[in-house]
Amino acid sequence: MSEINLAPLTPAIEKFIPLGRSGLLPALHAAQKIYGWLPQEVAAEVAKSLRVPLADVHGVIEFYSLFYNEPVGRKIIRVCTDQACALKNADGLLRHLCDHHGLEPNQTTPERTLTIEPSPCLGLCEQAPAALVDDKAETNISLVTDSKVSRLSSKRQETFESAAYELGRPRSIVGGSLRLLTANCGNGTTSLANYGEYAALNKALTMSSEEVVNEIKASGLVGRGGAAFPTGVKWEGAANADGDQKYVVCNADESEPGTFKDRVLLLDDPHRTIEGMCIASHAIGATKGYIYVRGEYPYILPVLETALTEARAAGYLDENFDIEIRVGAGAYICGEETALFESIEGKRGFPRVKPPFPTTNGLFDKPTVINNVETLFNVPFIIAKGAADYRKVGTEKSPGSKLFCVSGDVAKPGVYEVPFGVTLRELLEMSGGVTGNLQSVLFGGAAGAFATSDHLDVKLTFEDLRAAGLPLGSGVVMVFNETRDMRDVLKRLGHFFAHESCGKCYPCQMGTQRQMEILERVANKVTLPDDAIRLQDVGWTMTDASLCGLGQTAASAVLSAMKLWPSLFVER
Amino acid sequence: MAITFLMDGKEITAEDGQTLLDAARENGIHIPTICFHEATTANALCRICVVEVEGMRLLQPACIVKAAANQKVQTRSERVVRARKTILEMLASTMDLSDAPEILTMMDEYSADASRFPDTQRRESEVKDDNPMYVRDYSKCLLCWRCVQVCAEDAQYTFAINFDGRGYETQIGTFFERTIPETTCVLCGQCVGVCPTGALKPKREFLLEQGMTPDQISVLNTGRKKRK
Repeated sequence: MSEINLAPLTPAIEKFIPLGRSGLLPALHAAQKIYGWLPQEVAAEVAKSLRVPLADVHGVIEFYSLFYNEPVGRKIIRVCTDQACALKNADGLLRHLCDHHGLEPNQTTPERTLTIEPSPCLGLCEQAPAALVDDKAETNISLVTDSKVSRLSSKRQETFESAAYELGRPRSIVGGSLRLLTANCGNGTTSLANYGEYAALNKALTMSSEEVVNEIKASGLVGRGGAAFPTGVKWEGAANADGDQKYVVCNADESEPGTFKDRVLLLDDPHRTIEGMCIASHAIGATKGYIYVRGEYPYILPVLETALTEARAAGYLDENFDIEIRVGAGAYICGEETALFESIEGKRGFPRVKPPFPTTNGLFDKPTVINNVETLFNVPFIIAKGAADYRKVGTEKSPGSKLFCVSGDVAKPGVYEVPFGVTLRELLEMSGGVTGNLQSVLFGGAAGAFATSDHLDVKLTFEDLRAAGLPLGSGVVMVFNETRDMRDVLKRLGHFFAHESCGKCYPCQMGTQRQMEILERVANKVTLPDDAIRLQDVGWTMTDASLCGLGQTAASAVLSAMKLWPSLFVER
Repeated sequence: MAITFLMDGKEITAEDGQTLLDAARENGIHIPTICFHEATTANALCRICVVEVEGMRLLQPACIVKAAANQKVQTRSERVVRARKTILEMLASTMDLSDAPEILTMMDEYSADASRFPDTQRRESEVKDDNPMYVRDYSKCLLCWRCVQVCAEDAQYTFAINFDGRGYETQIGTFFERTIPETTCVLCGQCVGVCPTGALKPKREFLLEQGMTPDQISVLNTGRKKRK
């Protein structure tokens, strides 16, 4: 007990004290940076300083995967074992690493030098297999098997060619038939000098708040995080809501397996997000903004901090509207907007019941606009060129361009920007084509659905996808060739949701566990009689009765697989 | 202001702002509840009270959804029954329901099969007997949250308990597993009062169940107080 020296803690958490409870996650991050984990004395000191009950601090530490209440290694390797990385032998990589260091997954070496953990999707799917080594992304990992040098090593040939990429920061692979949103992506971070002045913001400031909202409404822009809610309607709601304080929140908690577009956008063009937030703040009358970045993207933080500093120096951010970065700590559920608010408020990431909606009762119970990174990327374009011009791209009902995260069995995985209306076939051709013969595509993310070759000519628009029963989700297109065992893919989906359920509502808390147990049996080909019916009942109960979007979609891909491949689920 | 709507085909008059659950109870329509308690903030987390509201894509929790004029509500549609039955069967495959008579009655009512889900990882935990007032057996806890709520803003403002883990691994816990006397607990007993399953049980009741006589218990209790 007495080994813990609390002296360095006080200066590290001092600046979070005025934030009170809302400072809890930042303070715990700062404390963990010092001690490597969160010993009881440290947690108690944080609790006392921030005036948060001890039990509540404990509850928060317990909720987030990246906070540790017991000692871990000074170095932590997190190996992604989700779908895209699994296709590139992530399990073999994890086993190799563990064997070499004499560890089991989730164990720490006796001298506390190293901890190795399997991780949910790290958002590095186009460069699989991938791992996070402390704060650094390791991608396209190959194994050096010489035992003396056995360690993670990356094929970095392309990385080293560009000075813009620093070690530990993943490359951005960007393609497609359009470069409207991704104009500045693919060549390292775009500084303010290269981005140029915030012309769209300057134009917006000559317009009334109502005119800005109307322009966004006229553009037909809908949210790109997965829910596809009309952005202009959301802004209008918050603009009309009464509140002495309003907030703009950028949801950069990109954690949907197979999704990595927001990582690329924030790393390569941070100013477009900031400009989008500034325009939103003008539209609704907000004085404070937050960018909530997932904890597994630590390499984005210095890029964002530099960009915010540049924006402040240029006068775009000031006491009338400034932006604070908040960092998640390993919880997919915090991508759910109300859970994200709870997290900023220093609580466990439990989703709230809706209504009330964020536009009236959002962050700190104040009117709030919360938008996904890609959604905000559209905003400067719409304001600068006008809604009519914006609508020239895409289709009548799905205007604009869309970013797709193509991964798995294609020749050139990456972020692809295309106008709404290209077909799945065209998108896959752009991505270099399927390696092998197409078996299926996981569409929209873990919370999405499976497509097959029957869907190749479906146009990628909201309306066509809806008709085909495929959710656009967060733009995930994960490709599986005919050699892949879909049972293994389903098992990993099951694990993901069981790991990420917050545990609040019964259907999801127990349903994700029961679903995982049955999918394990499916993967091991030891199903019991009636497992298919059990899986259906669990799936529909989660879909129908769960409290938030996580539970409501946790069975979506599984139920679609049951329709496509019923024989996989029958006892043999 | 009064509004009228249809519940299970019956015309119901309710106050504007009244919940569906409340309106149903006043009109003799039974909707089951687990986490709901008059004394605690409704969190709509057990979802056993879900009902089908015409025009809504998802089932709605009756404990918090407000009645609206002219809406049509089904409290026992096929979807509702499937959800309730599956939730109950999942509970039975997760925890020890032996001390939860209300849930067992519900299981009968919905023909829920306690062995519907075989080979499950159950939530099991040792009985925690660490204070003179109550014992905690989280094998019997169905995570209704009421104890955490009354310990916090819903009643006592003691903040002695919160949650361990998350998802299926969630359990009610104290700061770094401290014993109850080492927490801020004031032994007010409100958590025991709102526990629906016997996961929190008065020490005396627990000891009687263990076969001790009242005389033996009264001797035990003197001198066991460890409070500061």
